[in-house]
Amino acid sequence: MLNEYGPILIFMAIAAAFPLVTLWIMKFIRPKFNPTAEKVMPYECGITPESDARGRYTVRFYIIAILFVVFDVETIYLFPWAVQYQVLGLYGLVEMLVFLGVLIVGYIWIWKRGALDWI
Amino acid sequence: MYAFFQRADYLAIKPEILVTMFALAILLFDFLLEKRDKWMNALVALIGLGFGAAQLTMFWSRLGEGAGYKGFGGAFTLDTFAVYAKLIIIIATGLVVLLSAKYLEVEGANFGEYYALLLFAAVGMMFLASGTDLIVLFIALELMALCEYVLTGFLRGSRRSNEAAVKFFLLGAFSSGLLLYGMSLLYGIAGSTNLAVISRRLAERPSPDPLSWVAMITLLAGIYFKVAAVPFHQWTPDAYEGAPTSITAFISVAPKVASFAFFIRILIEGLWPMRAEWQLLTIGVAVATMTLGNLAAITQTNIKRFFGYSTISHVGYLLLGFVAAADGNREGVTAIVIYLLVYAFMNLGAFGVIILMRRRDLIGDEIDDLSGLMTRAPGMAILMLIFLLSLAGIPPTAGFIGKYFIFLSLIETGHYTLAVLAVGYAVVALYYYFRIVVAMFMKKVPDTVPIAMGMGVRVALGVTLVMTLLIGIYPQPFIAMAREAVRPLFL
Repeated sequence: MLNEYGPILIFMAIAAAFPLVTLWIMKFIRPKFNPTAEKVMPYECGITPESDARGRYTVRFYIIAILFVVFDVETIYLFPWAVQYQVLGLYGLVEMLVFLGVLIVGYIWIWKRGALDWI
Repeated sequence: MYAFFQRADYLAIKPEILVTMFALAILLFDFLLEKRDKWMNALVALIGLGFGAAQLTMFWSRLGEGAGYKGFGGAFTLDTFAVYAKLIIIIATGLVVLLSAKYLEVEGANFGEYYALLLFAAVGMMFLASGTDLIVLFIALELMALCEYVLTGFLRGSRRSNEAAVKFFLLGAFSSGLLLYGMSLLYGIAGSTNLAVISRRLAERPSPDPLSWVAMITLLAGIYFKVAAVPFHQWTPDAYEGAPTSITAFISVAPKVASFAFFIRILIEGLWPMRAEWQLLTIGVAVATMTLGNLAAITQTNIKRFFGYSTISHVGYLLLGFVAAADGNREGVTAIVIYLLVYAFMNLGAFGVIILMRRRDLIGDEIDDLSGLMTRAPGMAILMLIFLLSLAGIPPTAGFIGKYFIFLSLIETGHYTLAVLAVGYAVVALYYYFRIVVAMFMKKVPDTVPIAMGMGVRVALGVTLVMTLLIGIYPQPFIAMAREAVRPLFL
């Protein structure tokens, strides 16, 4: 029992010790923390923040985000097929057309339902 | 060389393909319909389900004495058990479609998406009944569950419906996580997601094996959640209360059938070498489920919550079948399979009557709303009485046959204490089901508005009534069918 789980215990001990030791060493070599207004500002890709990040924004972005995720993730499925196109041949093509067919029904549906309109 | 799937593989999933195509067709067909023609969506859904059912009955007669067909590299099994479960699922979905058409008009939620989602959920359930690979099973389960969440929140204007959907979704996501954790551990143990391989590898493990226990417990916890067994039942009353009544009827029947089919596959085909361990766990959970379900139902005043707890207690009885099955008793699984068939009809019948209580000015989901039904609509009251007697398990009805086989399998395997306990809780069940009967037959009539009944509800109530009585009075063909369904299972 101990023979089998011994390595795991050692691994856990090392894993716990590693960040602690790192932090302890860092304490000696890092420069002294010297906050200025510029330094404590939230990082937004180098641009000075305009306002609080916790502002309210319209719920319409939510639908856009969901649609993006759905179609983006689904099209990623096309890449493995494209890479293996020669091997999969006609079979792969038909399978992919079925997949796209289902996706297109969904696309027509959201279009007709008005999810793409910015009211 | 790539081993592509065979033609026969695609023929084996023909019922699922047909139902999926009809579901997609409804999404588009809905745009062509005027507001008053929306009932035609229900018609399309019924036609789709009819095609699926016809294909399944063909499979049933063709499967005959064979062990069943394994397709898609062993990930999909088409045997009599799968066909049996799928037929119940399709019939239950069809009955829910019939119950929905009129109800949705009253609720003002008559959208085509409702029927499309019902059919997508049915497809997920059908794959769940056939899957013999953890990945197929998980995707099927999620397809079923996601459709259920959306359908639960289908009344967008209703706070209760939205609240129920969010609760159901959050707890469901959590349980899927647990289930997936168990699956990942099983994969780690076996090096394969195929149930048959997992079973072989588990049999090779040394006897006290904490890792496979953890895998089993987390996996079962996930499934207990899906079937609403104590202590993972909390979502049930809330989801049942808030969901549109037709969806309450749906999620109390069809997903239960599918989840139990999944349960049987996992326990009998995947975790069979660990039967001593899961038997112990099942005894505990089954007793807790029956106790809580039966006792909590006594105090409910909302009829949908009431049926939520009643469902929990039925799940407790169903779980007892696994206790007998773990001792190698084939009757245990037969009992579960018969009980599911019976339960589908009697529960949908009872919900059919409840749905009729909904009017434009009355939600109709309190037990008091059924007061004086005997003077208002004697036919309805007598129908409801028959379904309630069946749910309680009184002899000339189908419910008795289901309970009888559960008790029989327990006695055959020597679990006398459990059998006595289960019979005792049947008495408690009779008491709380009769609270509704008392309200219907003995209380004063609060309102005398006649009950409007659509064609769909008539058909659905007729079918459920005939089946509830037929299985109770002449059960032999159904018992033979259930035995045939259980035959291919490795036991």
